[in-house]
Amino acid sequence: MSKSVTTKDIARKIIANEELLILDVRNTDEYDNWKIEGGKIRVINEPYFNLLDGVDSLEIDKDKEIVVVCAKGGSSQMVAEMMEEAGFTKVYNLEGGMKAWSEHLEPVKIGDLNGGGALYQFVRLGKGCLSYFIESNGEAAIIDTARMIDAYETFAADKGVEIKHLIDTHLHADHISGGRALAEKAGGTYHLPPKDATEVTFDYSALEEGKDITVGNTKVVVHPIYSPGHTIGSTSFIIDDKYLLTGDILFVKSIGRPDLAGKAEDWVGDLRHTLYNKYKELSDDLLVLPAHYSFAEELGEGGKVAAKLGDLYKKNEGLNVEDESEFRRMVTENLPPQPNAYQEIRQTNMGKIKPEVEEQKEMESGPNRCAVEG
Amino acid sequence: MESNKFLDAKGFACPMPVVRTKKAMEDLNSGEILEVHATDKGSKSDLTAWAKSGGHTVVQDAEEDGVFKFWIKKA
Repeated sequence: MSKSVTTKDIARKIIANEELLILDVRNTDEYDNWKIEGGKIRVINEPYFNLLDGVDSLEIDKDKEIVVVCAKGGSSQMVAEMMEEAGFTKVYNLEGGMKAWSEHLEPVKIGDLNGGGALYQFVRLGKGCLSYFIESNGEAAIIDTARMIDAYETFAADKGVEIKHLIDTHLHADHISGGRALAEKAGGTYHLPPKDATEVTFDYSALEEGKDITVGNTKVVVHPIYSPGHTIGSTSFIIDDKYLLTGDILFVKSIGRPDLAGKAEDWVGDLRHTLYNKYKELSDDLLVLPAHYSFAEELGEGGKVAAKLGDLYKKNEGLNVEDESEFRRMVTENLPPQPNAYQEIRQTNMGKIKPEVEEQKEMESGPNRCAVEG
Repeated sequence: MESNKFLDAKGFACPMPVVRTKKAMEDLNSGEILEVHATDKGSKSDLTAWAKSGGHTVVQDAEEDGVFKFWIKKA
């Protein structure tokens, strides 16, 4: 019987920037589409069905620490056992495989807040999704909550805080929002931008400029800024005059794509206006905290994904396209493939369809793909 | 479609559909056809990729009521 590791062990290694060798035994198409990345992780791919007659073809030092990964954990366990029999001494199986990896949320502290409390980034390493947990004086607000709401509930219980506000920066197309479910469960309020919510089948609180949200008694103010482009309703938030939560409008190395609701041509002008005018009026010292990352190198020190707005105006190529028609071309042509099942995900987030949990997991498989590279 | 041998791999989770298919294939002669039924979603891409890597040909595939059906011609 081979030993196993959990997704938490892998997440810790990535965040601590420790070396790790992964043997991914899924078929090569799936591996090319989506794999474990970040830190000093090195991954090699050899499909399990090529190893059924023996693992001798693997050119790996038998005393090296290695984690075997597959889609759900079955094939990797078989390969890990074969490797152990063949004399590998430190081989581990990733429990639950990529399916579990896709769901793992790792909380990382971003900083303390002025009125007491703190801001945490929940990094979904397997999918590149980021959500935010604001806690202050016994209360909490969560922005862009992932589907796996128990991770936030456990965190809130540990901190002894009550979840009051669930806020989505926009109607998501790459993952199923846990905002509404958690609002119902915790007795909180679910907030959405009204322009993204015209077709939703449930009640919500409308996010509007000038209508700040207070978390805790000490007034940690979540200040919404209407910033359309990725979707028509996309809203950013400023917390403590220090943090700028940009949703899917601005990322560390890229910018949002305007096409996932089928309106690229209509929304490209909004996207440019938000990035080149609206954000430009804000302080350069704001720390940009996006809803996604796409590249392993965006994962910074301690697992944080963040950058100063001023630095992004210097380094992010998506913010440095002088010519408007060139910008238009960049965000409407040669786009990466759309996220898996993005239309069904939008419908689920609108409350129009209610897939079973297993189906929801299937819909979310693969990378997020909400960005365009500059 | 006519086949020389039938393998029922329904209800098996990965990696068993491919493991069983590989074993069943050993009893066939070159050019003969194995029909496989599986319910594991991953078996669709895995069986296709496995067949390709072994030089076998998936001559037909179908999906009916959650059952993935394959007809694989041995190399």
